[in-house]
Parts: sequence; structure tokens; C-alpha cells
Amino acid sequence: MIFTIACKELKTLFASPLAWTLLALMQLVLAWVFLGRLDAFLEIQSQLVQIANPPGVTEIIVAPAFAVAAVVLLMATPLLTMRLIAEERRNHTMTFLISAPISMTDIVLGKFLGLMIFFCSVIVLVAVLAISLLAGGTLDVGLLLSNVAGLLLICACFAALGLYISCLTAQPAIAAAGTLGALLGLWVVDIAADDTDSIMRNFSLLKHYESFNRGVIDTFDLAYFALFILTFLVLAIRRLDGERLRG
Amino acid sequence: MNEQITSATISACGLCRNFGMIAAVREINLELKRGEVLGFLGPNGAGKTTTMRMLTGNLAPSAGSVEICGIDLLDRPRDAKARIGYLPETPPLYRELTVDEYLRLAARLHRVGNANLRAALDEAKQRCGLNDAGRQLIGSLSKGYQQRVGIAQAIIHNPDVVILDEPTVGLDPNQMREIRTLIRELGAERSVILSTHILPEVESVCDRVQIMHQGRMVFNDSIIGLKQKQISLEEVFAQLTLNKESSGDIQSP
Repeated sequence: MIFTIACKELKTLFASPLAWTLLALMQLVLAWVFLGRLDAFLEIQSQLVQIANPPGVTEIIVAPAFAVAAVVLLMATPLLTMRLIAEERRNHTMTFLISAPISMTDIVLGKFLGLMIFFCSVIVLVAVLAISLLAGGTLDVGLLLSNVAGLLLICACFAALGLYISCLTAQPAIAAAGTLGALLGLWVVDIAADDTDSIMRNFSLLKHYESFNRGVIDTFDLAYFALFILTFLVLAIRRLDGERLRG
Repeated sequence: MNEQITSATISACGLCRNFGMIAAVREINLELKRGEVLGFLGPNGAGKTTTMRMLTGNLAPSAGSVEICGIDLLDRPRDAKARIGYLPETPPLYRELTVDEYLRLAARLHRVGNANLRAALDEAKQRCGLNDAGRQLIGSLSKGYQQRVGIAQAIIHNPDVVILDEPTVGLDPNQMREIRTLIRELGAERSVILSTHILPEVESVCDRVQIMHQGRMVFNDSIIGLKQKQISLEEVFAQLTLNKESSGDIQSP
């Protein structure tokens, strides 16, 4: 049942121009950043040779591209998550799903999975950009994989939060604005906490992503992401169930 | 076998629903046998839609219970919901899907196996006169066709109970007649609950009629019974729902 709903989500998503436009624009921005980094690398390449233990291609080109990808996806997420529940409510199609013999958990997980498959296609496109570097050299596969894993996890966090906020309203625009606000807030927490080693630092999404970006997979970051995703998915399910009780 | 045919497919007992301080539905009792079509009448705001949402598991009742073919809707919602087909007031259609895609989705969500999917799809389309519309986008269909798609998704999994909320609103007279014929056909082997404002429709299609007013069931009789007593439905309706003081007092067996 979860897969049926995920399939339906993907079908409706790709039936609209939104998905294609987003994919194209994101790829354009990321390719631009990627080429910029590549240019910079070629300029400083001669100086790099003189340093003992110089940073490699992956560190100079791929890691920054993935860092930008996280921010780009942060901006794109609200546009995708607003459709999930809020638009179904607005189009009166939520009744269709609730009347079917499936649980709220199936609905929420199906929608989450559908969105994650879309995000995977974005991540694959970014990874392909990185892999294209193999044409002219070698890659640090470990660092690339850690970046991919990090991006996947942070996307899951965006999706879970967006899905929950989408459950709160019947207005897609409000869901999008709310999600964007919340995600930006979680980013700004990062900036505010940058100079002090305060506890706020632990709440920032992108801060936790940074260590993946450097190639460090820390169990603390993994736990943070897992808890974040789980919390918002459970909240979303509870919210939908509560609505059936309260009306 | 005979007993099974006449046994109740849907029975609601003491159904109540409060929204805050307001009681939208109070103490509704409802029982329907296989092969029976129930006309569900009432002025706007009487609580018809709320009752239907409770019967289909879209809204939890504040008190009371619902059983579908002997399965409690609150205890085993999955099994119970699989036996209900529901067309809400606004047909829940995805405009960006084609009719086939949408009906296939409806069938899968209602646990129709892959082996039976094609047959179920063809039968639902044939019943609702959608044979030529399979590849069209739902958004491009006319209101009448959209309504048919809505009915098709409610019957595709061969449910025991079909609940239709104002299925003929906005249709032209020909389409109305077709839909009524369809409802009659459905009623031959299943239970159908039909909510409507059109009294002649009830008289022509339904076996039994229940009238709701201010959240209470104020009238419950068979159409044949009404005809024998030579009372017109319109008189009953006006008498029961215009006179606010008398609400809740009249209940014929």
C-alpha cells in the first residue's frame, strides 16, 4: 500500500510541469557551481602540487557542490511538500485516501517515500556531475559516498518537516511558506551559533550535514537526522489521525 | 444462504457527533439489508454528510458504533472499509491522471488483486458508461463524466455497501436518469445509501427513506408503506422539517 501511494505521488508529480522545471533549474544551478569550482581548481592546480598532502579534486570541487545542493534543495522542498497533504485537502481528494482501507501511517509513509524517490533522482544527477570528473582523474569515492549519504539524510529531514507542515493546513501556499520559514529558521540557527559553541548549534540541520560534507560520518549526526525524521513523521500521522477524531 | 442475503450489511447504533458544543448528529440508528436502497433526506445542515463521513470512517463518532457486514468499523477499520464504496459530495478526483490510471489506483488502494484488476476496471467502466473515456485526463472531462468516474471509483472493488452523497447534482436530465438506473442496478445486489435533495429521485429509486432534521432521525419508512398510506413524500418532508418544535417526536416504525 505504501508503494501504491508512492507511485501515485510520483505519477501526479511528474504529470505536472513543476517536477521537470525544478529538476532542470536545480541542475542548471548545480552545474554552474560545479563548473565554477572546476575552474578554480584548474587555476590553483599548479600551486597545489607544491603543498605536502594537498586537497584532492573531490574536496575542492565535489564537496562544495554538494554543500550548495543542500541549500538548493532546502529552497525547493516547500514547493514539493505543499502538494502532499494541503493540496489533497484543497482538491477534496483526501477523502479518497482516507476512505480506502489503508491506515494514516500508510498514507504518510507513502507520500514521504514518493518524495524521497524524487529527491533521489536529484541526488543521482548531482552524483553524475561528480562522477564525470573521472574522465580526467581519480575521485575519493569514500568522500563522495559520504556526501551522497548526507544529502539523502538531510533531504529526508526536509521532506519530513515539510510533510508535517503540509498536514497543518488546507492552503498549499501557507504550507509552502511555513515549510520555507521553518527550514530557513533551522539554517539561521546555524549562522547564529557559528561563533559560540552553544547548544543551539546542535539544532541546526546544515551543521550536521557539514560533517558528512567533510567525509565524517558521526553517530551523533546520524542519530540527530534519524530522530528528526521520525519525530516529524510521527507528528504528521498523529495530526491526521487527530483530525479524524476532532473533525 | 438465504439468511446471509437478508442479513444487515451496514448497521449504525446510537451514532453521535459533536463539534465543540454543537451536536451535529444525535443518536442516529440505521440498518440496511443487502439489496436495499436507502434514500437519505434532510434539509441542508441536517447532518447527512456528517453521518455519511462517520459511516465511511472519515470521521470518528463521538458515541455509538458502526458495523459493516458484522465488522466493527472502529475496531477493524481496514476490513470494514474494504467493503464500502464512497462517493463524497465533491468527487475526489485527481485531475492530472487519466480515467484508467485513476480507477486502477482506486482498485489497488482497495486491495483488488493484480489478477482481477483488469476485469474490475473493465466492469466498473462499462457500468458507468466510461468505455471510451479510459485514456482521457479527468480534468478534461465534463461534469457528468467526472461524476461517473466518481461512482466508478466507489464500485470498482465490488463493495457490499455503496454510499453516494448527492450523486446527481449538476447533471442534465438524461445523465440523471442514467445514474438512477445505475443506482437501481447496484441496489439489486448490494446496499446503497443515497443522499439527495430531489424527492422524486427517492421515490423512483429507493426502497426506504429516512429523513434527518437538526441531527436527528425524524422519519423512517418504506416507500411502499408511504404509497399504501397515500402520503406524498413531499408533504412528510415539509411537515417534519419546517416545523422545528416537532423535531424528534415523530418516528414511524
